[in-house]
Amino acid sequence: MTITLAQLNTKATITWCPGCGNFSILTAFKRALVELQIPREKVVVITGIGCHGKFGDYVNVNSFHTIHGRVLPIATGIKLANKELIVVGFSGDGDAYAIGLSHIPHAARRNIDVKYVVHNNMIFGLTTGQVTPTTPKGVKTRSTPYGNPEEPLNPLALALVSGATFVARGFAGDVAHLTWLFKEAIKHKGFAFIDVLQPCYTFYNTYEYFRRRVYKLEDVGHDITDFEEALKKAYEWNDKIPIGIFYKVRKPTFEETLPQLKGEPLALRDISDVNIEKAYVFLR
Amino acid sequence: MGVAASGRMLAKTFTRGGYYVFGMIDYPSLIRGGHNFYHATVSDERIWSLHYNVDLIIALNKDTLDRHLSKLKKKGSIIVDSDIKYDKSALERQGARVFEIPLTGIVKELGALTVVRNSVALGASMALIDFDLEVLLSVIRKELGKRKEIAEINVEAAKRGYSFVVEQYGKGVQCTIRPRSDNGHLVITGNEAVALGGLRAGMKTYFAYPMTPASPVLHFLANVQFDFDVVVVQPENEIAVINMAIGAWYAGSRSMVATSGGGFALMTEAIGQAAMTEIPVVVVLAQRSGPSTGMPTYTAQGDLRFALHASQGEFPRFVIAPGDAEEAFYLTVRAFNLAEKFQVPVIILTDKHLAESHLTVPAFDLKKAKVERGKIIVGKYEGSEEYRRYKITDDGISPMAFPGTLNAIVKVNSSEHNEYGFATADAKNAEIMAKKRLRKLELMQEEVENCEESVKVYGDERSPIAIIGWGSTKGAILEALKILEAKGVNVKFVQVVFLSPFPTRRLQTILKDVRELLLVENNVTGQLGSLLREHLLRAPDEYLLKFNGRPFYPHEVVSKVLEVVK
Repeated sequence: MTITLAQLNTKATITWCPGCGNFSILTAFKRALVELQIPREKVVVITGIGCHGKFGDYVNVNSFHTIHGRVLPIATGIKLANKELIVVGFSGDGDAYAIGLSHIPHAARRNIDVKYVVHNNMIFGLTTGQVTPTTPKGVKTRSTPYGNPEEPLNPLALALVSGATFVARGFAGDVAHLTWLFKEAIKHKGFAFIDVLQPCYTFYNTYEYFRRRVYKLEDVGHDITDFEEALKKAYEWNDKIPIGIFYKVRKPTFEETLPQLKGEPLALRDISDVNIEKAYVFLR
Repeated sequence: MGVAASGRMLAKTFTRGGYYVFGMIDYPSLIRGGHNFYHATVSDERIWSLHYNVDLIIALNKDTLDRHLSKLKKKGSIIVDSDIKYDKSALERQGARVFEIPLTGIVKELGALTVVRNSVALGASMALIDFDLEVLLSVIRKELGKRKEIAEINVEAAKRGYSFVVEQYGKGVQCTIRPRSDNGHLVITGNEAVALGGLRAGMKTYFAYPMTPASPVLHFLANVQFDFDVVVVQPENEIAVINMAIGAWYAGSRSMVATSGGGFALMTEAIGQAAMTEIPVVVVLAQRSGPSTGMPTYTAQGDLRFALHASQGEFPRFVIAPGDAEEAFYLTVRAFNLAEKFQVPVIILTDKHLAESHLTVPAFDLKKAKVERGKIIVGKYEGSEEYRRYKITDDGISPMAFPGTLNAIVKVNSSEHNEYGFATADAKNAEIMAKKRLRKLELMQEEVENCEESVKVYGDERSPIAIIGWGSTKGAILEALKILEAKGVNVKFVQVVFLSPFPTRRLQTILKDVRELLLVENNVTGQLGSLLREHLLRAPDEYLLKFNGRPFYPHEVVSKVLEVVK
């Protein structure tokens, strides 16, 4: 059966602001699923709290709208229970880099085969415009009316040094490129991290800022197997801002290192009459 | 072998010899040093708790004599390392029989590490009670089997300790305890029982962050993960722990987590998430002395109200408190079944005393520990209409498909949602969904009221004097009942096993003719007492509360009952 874009639509009414970068991310993700022809039942989308959190309501695949910051642990549990599912987490910059930050380095070094997309608009949108860990220094927000006194976090560098095996940046202003990134991330075996520059039309509109600065790493012959080069590119944030795949390497996934996961997914195993007597040896 | 390992071997030796043991390890939160001790009571009939008084003290240092002499019975024995300086005549004036044994000397002869003194002392103890040394030696060989040389040196140490006593004092100077036939009983802690219960229940994923006194669940499961094809993960913190477990059960893998108060505090938000998304999860809360870091290695029952109310909003949950390791096994299996049947979080409350103490139990009856799946859909959804994860049903329980099921798109949501799982703040929908969850609560209430195990009654059921308690105090209370019965005082003990939903009707019936109600709890405020007032409009008449990190001993319960009876 062919998977079509129409099948991926849901009955839910979209409540994002007109012009929101989330629309591009949603479109790119749906296109990626159609182009890869992945059955809907095989995909699980996990979202956190924030404007991005509605994402699951708008795409007709399995979805888990979790509490603030916990996309990665939920995704990890799902993948362990059923390794055959395509598990894709979506977070905002608040969800991922503020409250949920403790999970990123660990998911990365574990190399669980989960895809993680961060809608990075550098602002808290749903709570009406407060500072986040990626808001540039000096920016005035409702919680930093005198300008943000803190240096922003570098998400790509963080992912790289944590051992992520696929690290990329997308731009919500370029849907075709983002679609390609999603496809590459889904095809990658291992933890795939994509930070998406996503302008917030209402509270922090960065469309023009980024449009003038972004360039594609594919266009400049960037070697995605070169870790140090990737790290250098992660620190490039001035007149030129790179998007595309920074780094990609094939390493054993967490699931591949666990012999218990060989064979059928855990969720489908027969659990009706587990013989525990073999553990009595420890109790005698 | 340190004190903990030696204690376990002692418990296993007597159990293999056909006796029953309750053994408790007492240790401060340190890796080395401090005063550690193992306190065991051995009986020829089933035993549920420690007794305060002992027949034998093994003292590896003077500190032990100072701290524990008060526990020694008249004409009890003390094994003392002849290397330590102490006042022998002072001990003898108190009626103790002192056996000086060169524990250190023997270890030095063997060229072994100082800890091997424990094995010499165990061997010597076997001689004092004329117990078959071979049983101990076989336990040592088995326990240390992976490290043959270490096993043999400990075996040799035990033999020398044994011989020393036989040559110097003769066999059975203290008493004679002959091994009886080995009936295949197990020596198990509450932690191990919970782990084993999870395995029996078909748990395929276990997540935990180390926290005393729950960590041994993690250790046990990590050891057997390949034997049972269970994935055991230690994530970055307890927030990750519980969310992974919820994610895993959403995708079809029965999951459990175990922690103590601090870790549970971090899990509270996700417990509400499990309730809202209607994803089952089993959470073991092994209580320790609080608040905050408290006394990490000491026992308490201070988290009952915390477990009952953890997380914002109103939602149904089960809170179950096993009273001993045997119950812990069966109730854990039950917890998984209930979690899936009602699609709710289930909290199993244990405490340090239950979680880490050794108890001799018969091998489990697996016919009484069966997996019952809830309303689940596996493989393919056959319904004619589109699958709705939160379909409104009469009982409030919606058929649960796991993602990957053909023809079913499974949308779950921590936000208020409609039948399909889409978020909505619609007023009418909010009411419908709250009522759906409330219907589950009503059904759960019936489950508890119709369940013999939700409240257990022991002793003289018709007695107008009742002791009431929950959790690990069961042990000391049951032993107290034995003592009281021998004194001709007949009371009953009411053990509340299900704390949520609260078995109100059952308790009303059971307590109807009770004139004196004595509450026994390991906490400061008498939390079960407040629940009785809340649900039964009845306050306990007497309180016996202990909150120094130590468990109750039977004699404390006996004294209080005698005071009440007077």
